[in-house]
Amino acid sequence: MAKGWAIHFKQESRNPFFLWILICTPIIYATIAYFLFRGGKDGQTLAAAAIGSAMMGIWSLTTTASAAALAQRRRAGLLELLVAAPVPFWAVLAPITIAISAVGVYSIGASLLYTRLLFGVALPIEDWPAFVAAVPASILAIGMLGFLLGAAFVRFRAAWAVGNLFEFPVWTICGLLIPIAVLPAWIEPVSWVFAPTWGMNAMRDAALGEQSAWDDIAVCLGLTVAYCVAGALLLRFFLRSALRRGTLALT
Amino acid sequence: MTALRIFAVGGLISFRALFSFLRPEIYIPSMLVAPIFQILLFVYIGRSASLESDEFYVIGNAVQYAAVPCLFAMIFTVAGERFQKTLGYILVSPAARLPLFLGRAVPVMVNGFFIAVFSLVVGGLIVGIDIPAGSVAPLFFATAVCTFSCTGFGLIGAGLGLLMRDQAVLANIMFGILLVFTGANVPIDQLPGWMQTISSVLPFTHGIEAAREIADGASLADVRGLLATEAAIGVVYAAIGYAFIRNAERLSLRHATLDRN
Repeated sequence: MAKGWAIHFKQESRNPFFLWILICTPIIYATIAYFLFRGGKDGQTLAAAAIGSAMMGIWSLTTTASAAALAQRRRAGLLELLVAAPVPFWAVLAPITIAISAVGVYSIGASLLYTRLLFGVALPIEDWPAFVAAVPASILAIGMLGFLLGAAFVRFRAAWAVGNLFEFPVWTICGLLIPIAVLPAWIEPVSWVFAPTWGMNAMRDAALGEQSAWDDIAVCLGLTVAYCVAGALLLRFFLRSALRRGTLALT
Repeated sequence: MTALRIFAVGGLISFRALFSFLRPEIYIPSMLVAPIFQILLFVYIGRSASLESDEFYVIGNAVQYAAVPCLFAMIFTVAGERFQKTLGYILVSPAARLPLFLGRAVPVMVNGFFIAVFSLVVGGLIVGIDIPAGSVAPLFFATAVCTFSCTGFGLIGAGLGLLMRDQAVLANIMFGILLVFTGANVPIDQLPGWMQTISSVLPFTHGIEAAREIADGASLADVRGLLATEAAIGVVYAAIGYAFIRNAERLSLRHATLDRN
């Protein structure tokens, strides 16, 4: 799995479209957030917006690319080979989606650098160990959520469009640019299901030091396991159905 | 008569051929549901920032989202032909270029207008904004002018797309520029001077301002200057885009690079 992750990370990090999403999405939304929030009295809002716009880039790439990961392999004629391999298929797909999410480090770097250089918004890191732990924990959890999406949408011909549907809703409900408290009350429990909520909380808490980030990191790891189990079960169900009917290669 | 047929019939046929993949399961999530969530995101950001009203963000984002069909589709009307290996056949034909390319812009504009209006109506109903009944038709007219100007901007993208390998990146860059610079979410007067200068020559800037004034009760006569400026910007971009495409055609014929991906 580690080798698979490394290969896919190198491959995906050379995709110009992915790099656009990761580098320019945070720039666009950090710019908008800066001009909207700079009149506020809370200077930490801008720092949190820098983290939030980075997470937006990671989620944007994960939701679209991971949902379409299986469809892409199918179009390339690789899906049957991957399914026929002796390695469990979930162990083939998971490194792909985690690699896609891991390329999101470009998004984090771009957002923090951009807001520091252009807007003078420095991100103070109050708890360095927690922040260093929060980044990979968030990426891992979001990557596994992408694994779950990829498994769930394997039957869709236009899986990328279905995955793309989750882009703006997750940006909205997970508190990436706006506090969840301003949303209707019923949305908060829904946001708990999504890894970006906890990843954002972990990185923000570690950076701004308002609360301990370790409980958010723990939730990220717990969600990673939950997504992995759910995704593996879904994959097993769909693959068995496809193998029984001989429809694995059909779109 | 031939030019008219190429413009109308040819444009419609090419749109159906290039965008046949826009089945309901792709069209509805991408073109109808996504803009609603974009509106909701910025409405809540706006409420959090306490800078402008909900109506400001609904109108700004509904109109701005027309950039997705107007830019992506316009770029793909040319790049898509190259992808399908039919661009050479089109350009080697004796068909007049002006109706050929402008005819492809009309279905794009109609689609962009429909999406913007849908987003405006549904987003407005969900958020709960109040627009006077007498302002609805003028608001739709302002939206139509915006989709015209953005389609002209998309024609530039189509010309540039002939010279680039990855047109999706170009389309996304143009979309991002419009999201930041046109006042869709950030009031123009909040931007620094150099950004305001860029805003003044981009599509949507004047049209969105006109749409907001109409929603506040202004008549079409009151905003005719803004709409005329918006339309003029569209004409200029369309002319530049057409020149780009013709120049790219000449260069590609000279260097035999037409079908190179």
